Amino acid sequence: MAAPEVNARGDITTRWAELVVALLFVVAGAIVIIDSIRVGIDWADDGPRAGYFPFYIGCLLTFAGLYVTVQTMLRWKKIGNATFVSGERLKPVLLMLLPSIAFVVLIAWLGIYVAAFIYVGAFMLWQGKYGWLPTIAVSAGLPIVLFLVFEKWFLVPLPKGPIENMLGF
Amino acid sequence: MEDVGNLLHGFAVALTWKNLLFMLVGILLGVLIGVLPGLGGANGVAILLPLTFSMSPTSAIIMLSCIYWGALFGGAITSILFNIPGEPWSVATTFDGYPMAQQGRAAEAMTAAFTSSFVGAFFAVVMITFLAPLIAKFALRFGPPEFFAVQLLTFCSFVGMGREPPVKTIASMMLGFALAAVGLDTVTGQLRMTFGFTPLLQGFDFLIAVIGLFGLGEILLTMEEGLAFKGKGGRINPTIVWQTWKQLPQYWATSLRAILIGCWMGITPGGATPASFMSYGMAKRISKNGAKFGEGQIEGVIAPETAAHAAGTSALLPMLTLGIPGSPTAAVLLGGLLIWGLQPGPLLFVEKPDFVWGLIASMYLGNIAGLIIVLTTVPWWAAILRIPFAIIAPVIVVICAIGAYTVHNNMFDVYMMLVFGVLGYLFKKLKYPLAPLVLALVLGDMAETAFRQSMLLSKGRVGIFWSNPLVGSIVTLALVLLVWPLISRVIASLRNKPPAAQAA
Repeated sequence: MAAPEVNARGDITTRWAELVVALLFVVAGAIVIIDSIRVGIDWADDGPRAGYFPFYIGCLLTFAGLYVTVQTMLRWKKIGNATFVSGERLKPVLLMLLPSIAFVVLIAWLGIYVAAFIYVGAFMLWQGKYGWLPTIAVSAGLPIVLFLVFEKWFLVPLPKGPIENMLGF
Repeated sequence: MEDVGNLLHGFAVALTWKNLLFMLVGILLGVLIGVLPGLGGANGVAILLPLTFSMSPTSAIIMLSCIYWGALFGGAITSILFNIPGEPWSVATTFDGYPMAQQGRAAEAMTAAFTSSFVGAFFAVVMITFLAPLIAKFALRFGPPEFFAVQLLTFCSFVGMGREPPVKTIASMMLGFALAAVGLDTVTGQLRMTFGFTPLLQGFDFLIAVIGLFGLGEILLTMEEGLAFKGKGGRINPTIVWQTWKQLPQYWATSLRAILIGCWMGITPGGATPASFMSYGMAKRISKNGAKFGEGQIEGVIAPETAAHAAGTSALLPMLTLGIPGSPTAAVLLGGLLIWGLQPGPLLFVEKPDFVWGLIASMYLGNIAGLIIVLTTVPWWAAILRIPFAIIAPVIVVICAIGAYTVHNNMFDVYMMLVFGVLGYLFKKLKYPLAPLVLALVLGDMAETAFRQSMLLSKGRVGIFWSNPLVGSIVTLALVLLVWPLISRVIASLRNKPPAAQAA
């Protein structure tokens, strides 16, 4: 079956986005209910058990999710092919999101200074179409400023990687 | 006048060179945050919060609240010069502010905006000065049922007064409560919803949620809209400021209405954004120039700006006196207080008068300083906006990542920030409001504790919420607000019936 949430131009439709998010709420609500029942939703000798309050939260969460789900399905035809985000507009969003994910993965590996240098530099080169000189200036300048502000002035340590270790920080 | 004495003492606390310097730094950072897309009052304060860990609580809160004022001022600059609201509450300012800039009256519009922001905030601070001690004294008698009732009122008013669909408000709010419940249950010591996953032991910190939802989420939205900053020059000279000030007093009625709307919406957590729209709408209906609104009427700038700032400021009143923030940014400030070991609420006024009155005094000083600073530095901020998005966007993501990391020095928080960023993008697009999620995440533990204690007192009977007139009326009011969308729909359908019958 072809992915039904995408129409011919690669647009994501509002009704599918609405449905998926609503179902996520239902799943989240179900998780809360199940775990609340596990820890106990009734009373112990010393008062309500740990699941007493979250249980109702889970119920309301599931209810709200189901409500939106049903509402979306009832209005399925009416909403029609309204676009949630067009394929053309999704591209810049992904071009922002995916490098950001890569950046966060790099932080864990290389530390934030080197990761920021690579991320900002790559972004400026490919998306901003800047020359090497302004790219290096900004992408190398930022970690230096960050280092001075956080580590030196406010004494807040940031994640560091092998290169900083080599330099003795 | 005990309060005036306290306030003067507060000025003595706030008026040290060191604190004045923090105030200045705070305002400058705040305006910067307000001007940049993706950084706003709430996540800006959240990101900068760790920087203040090494300061004394008084200096820290002075700096943080000044960041907040700065962000409120900053939003207006981008609205007027670039037709891009830097903050949601300055959307209404673009309606008349940008047309004024197009007509070459940018300086006039900005002077009007900054001055009315100042007026709105100033009156709200005066209100806080006199009301806060009274409410705090009154709330000293509150027990768990009363606290839970007030929290219930807060959340129900989101459902009843929000602009978003009520069911989506509930969904978003309950997700906040559910996330707040993750981790160690402080009463029984049991683990909830951690599923054996160690990083979840500490639960979800709302600061991370704020940074992701409002920061990365906003950047993704901006990328989708494909913003290009094409703005008007923004030079302000003293002559124009003076001329604008001379014509402002004739709009006193508009300002007064805006202040009232703002204060009301700020205390009940309607927040600055609906306040600004309501005030704009009302000014448009009442003004004799109403038909010309949208073409560059100065009143169309005064009304939303005054209301937004009055609301933004008065959101701090319930935060200080009851420990219940009226807006996400107030929630972040509350989070800051908790980190410094200060429990906001009625006892704060008794136990830490220096801190409370120092903060209130700094609100006066911060606003005056803010007005002067923004009036003199506008061209500078306008220049920052001309930096292309391909540079600004990754830099903001880096700053968000640092903000998320420094809260607990934990990489897991940075991953969560990404997840919240994607959620923020989806929620914003599907009209799930973010503020209830954040407030539920902040207040979740407190609300749960108050509810459980109430249930313990009454041995599980819900009747305790109607056990005395005070708690009973708050709970009833909350329930009315909760079903208000239904009531108003019924009223509307009753009103529409006669003409419909005629048509048939």
